Amino acid sequence: MTLSDIPVTTGQASGGAEGGRFLNRSVYNAMVDWDLSRADRPSSLIPGLAESWSVDSKDRNLWTFRLRRGVKFHDGSPFTAHDVVWNFDKLTKTDSPQYDRLQARNAANWMVSVDSYRAVDDYTVEVRTKKPNGTLLYEVGVNVFYSSPRQWETLGRDWQKFASEPSGTGPYELVRLVPRNRAELVRNPDYWNKDMMPKHDRMVLRPMPDANTRVSALLSGQVDLVEALPPDAVPRVKAAGMRVSTNVYPHIWPYMVSHLPSSPFSDIRIRKAANLAIDRENLAKFLGGLATPAQGFVTPNHPWFGKPSFKVGYDPDAARKLLGEAGFGKNNPVKIKVTMSAAGSGQMQPLPMNEFIQENFRDVGIDMSLETVDWEALRSRRLAGVEADLNKGVDAINYAYSIQYPVFGLIGQTYHGQNRVKGYNWGHFADAKADQLARACLDEFDADEQDRRLGELHSYLVDQAVWIWVVHDMNPRGLASHVKGFVQAQNWFQDFTRIRIEK
Amino acid sequence: MLWYVLRRLVYILPILFGVSLVCFSLLHLAPGDPMTAVMPEFGSEELIEQIKRSYGFDQPLPVQYFRWLLAVLSGDLGTSIVQDRPVWNELAPALVNTFQLAVFGVAISLVAGIGLGLLAGYTRRLVADRAITTTAIVGVSVPHYWVGLVLIAIFAVSLGWLPAMGKAPPSDAFGFDDVRYMILPAITLALIPTGIIARSVRATVIDVRKHEFVQTLHANGLPQRRIFLHVVKNASPTVLAIIGIQLGHLVGGSILVETVFAWPGTGYLLNNAIATRDLPLLQGTILVLATFFVLLNFLVDLAQPFLDPRMKRH
Repeated sequence: MTLSDIPVTTGQASGGAEGGRFLNRSVYNAMVDWDLSRADRPSSLIPGLAESWSVDSKDRNLWTFRLRRGVKFHDGSPFTAHDVVWNFDKLTKTDSPQYDRLQARNAANWMVSVDSYRAVDDYTVEVRTKKPNGTLLYEVGVNVFYSSPRQWETLGRDWQKFASEPSGTGPYELVRLVPRNRAELVRNPDYWNKDMMPKHDRMVLRPMPDANTRVSALLSGQVDLVEALPPDAVPRVKAAGMRVSTNVYPHIWPYMVSHLPSSPFSDIRIRKAANLAIDRENLAKFLGGLATPAQGFVTPNHPWFGKPSFKVGYDPDAARKLLGEAGFGKNNPVKIKVTMSAAGSGQMQPLPMNEFIQENFRDVGIDMSLETVDWEALRSRRLAGVEADLNKGVDAINYAYSIQYPVFGLIGQTYHGQNRVKGYNWGHFADAKADQLARACLDEFDADEQDRRLGELHSYLVDQAVWIWVVHDMNPRGLASHVKGFVQAQNWFQDFTRIRIEK
Repeated sequence: MLWYVLRRLVYILPILFGVSLVCFSLLHLAPGDPMTAVMPEFGSEELIEQIKRSYGFDQPLPVQYFRWLLAVLSGDLGTSIVQDRPVWNELAPALVNTFQLAVFGVAISLVAGIGLGLLAGYTRRLVADRAITTTAIVGVSVPHYWVGLVLIAIFAVSLGWLPAMGKAPPSDAFGFDDVRYMILPAITLALIPTGIIARSVRATVIDVRKHEFVQTLHANGLPQRRIFLHVVKNASPTVLAIIGIQLGHLVGGSILVETVFAWPGTGYLLNNAIATRDLPLLQGTILVLATFFVLLNFLVDLAQPFLDPRMKRH
């Protein structure tokens, strides 16, 4: 793992998507799952602990989840609708004995639209939302995980103890936890999903924040799989007879731009010119092929891509023309200030990438100055929004982003004013049509139709050049030669249960 | 002697108070909200306020400081923001891990540093002296994390003799496997102290050997072995002071070395806490390490008069 500590093991992991990938999905299950079996297409949603779900045709705030029977926690107790309610209380009811502020914090993004819930019977749960929310499955559905109430009681109602002896319904059981050192997981022989029964006995998770350390650990045979290989290590790993697995996933390395009137980016011609000035193909080559040029928030094969009319690509002449129309040129460059971090989650190689783009911009008449801050400071700036004092004079932030969920990825980037979600739509893009398209996505409950509407929204956002999109990360992983069966899905999550060790 | 001990004890209190104040202020003045790393963006205002309140971040800074100080005085270092575990629970195993590594590193640097320093001091301007002095300068000058990477490349990746990273899987007793995991990081950590100790011992030995009492001992026909012991005894107060400082550095942990080797000690913990803006963890760790450093130097101060009785007079 690239994390420096073992993520929280009680049910709602810390450590963002990586915590969810390694801990949540190993020890626990959600009601809805990702289909991670294919590498050749973006992952879709499939049943998890819930076999099916529906929305009331008259009251679109009311969701019903019908749970799978025969599922058991690692401690042997059955998983029922009452456990769902108990876990929701754990996350939202501050006066419930099982309330855990740590898990509540980690799950808050996913519970925010839930108004109330109840167990209709042992295997049916009703969830009521505050407003119609067609994207609920991406929130409560795939991101809330269920801990065992019985185990919590057995351990004296102590979440600290539960962290060392957790009990979920997932394919692995945690048998040893040593903070900052290791988490040892063994196969759950009673796992309900026989298709995803781990094909190995044990999985040991080791935190290694330093990229060189991960490479050395892989090359020396100390570990079998490492995440986030640095580009310069790829030839060495391949030369050692090991495999480098890559794939696109819902990740974007962009510039979030300021739409305030004081920023040059308030002019769509300059936004489009910047998008056309970047030589993404050569940038991807410069990164050892571990990136793919972006044409929007998502890749063109994604169901949310739609049909934008503005083609994001490398066309410096067109960029110069647009800048000329806006009153700028090589001798009279438009000056912009960008804040970046030296490293950070999903930030790839920010300094050389920004310097590469700085040259591209200079070539067409954009003079980009860079301000470097550390990752958490950049996060603070993103959350504060462009209007905050700490972002004064900043025209864009270089902030890698996940487009895994509709609200995080697209809808949140359009809402403004009172509807604006803190930390999203950093640059205050305000557009009535975008809002209308975003609302239509939330009001749509049919999955295919919702994808189509998200495509419409995406097309509009690309046509408005709301951001400057650069590349998608290819998420390189290094695998020892004896590691077989791993399929790298186009997703932030992965299915490690398929891995076989063939020595 | 009692007055000497009391006087040094009194010096410690303002130093520790200053450390606590500087540590708290600097961390809170750093850019970035300490709660940002863990605050849910979509979380309701009510939840966010409640989280801030529960960690005391809703209070003015002076109030936060004095609350923290009072809690520290009662033995409570607070709660880690990221893991929501008591800081002591995070810090204690990290201290043990770093201490293990430090003991190993100190042993290497003492044996190598004193041995090489004595040899260089006794062979001044000869080939051995020049070789040792050059090696010591290189040892002090080369970035030790780089040496760590080179050692990993040779002994873990190429030769496969030793593990590249981490700590041995926990077992009931400390054994050979634990030592295997410690060899490369301990050698890397020992590099700088070895160089410093070797150079200090060399300089002190050369200085002591010039003293008249050494010539007198020679003139009295004392065997070389006995004269050597006199030289060592007279050189030891200076060397002890340097060793104390170096030991403090080693127990403080090296952020870079522990990160390169993914060694779960205090340096690694600090790096983690810095990256995630875990202020209670950072404050607690820095305070404990600073206290240790101050106490270690206090012990060195106490030990010195025993080696050099002249110091009791000051």
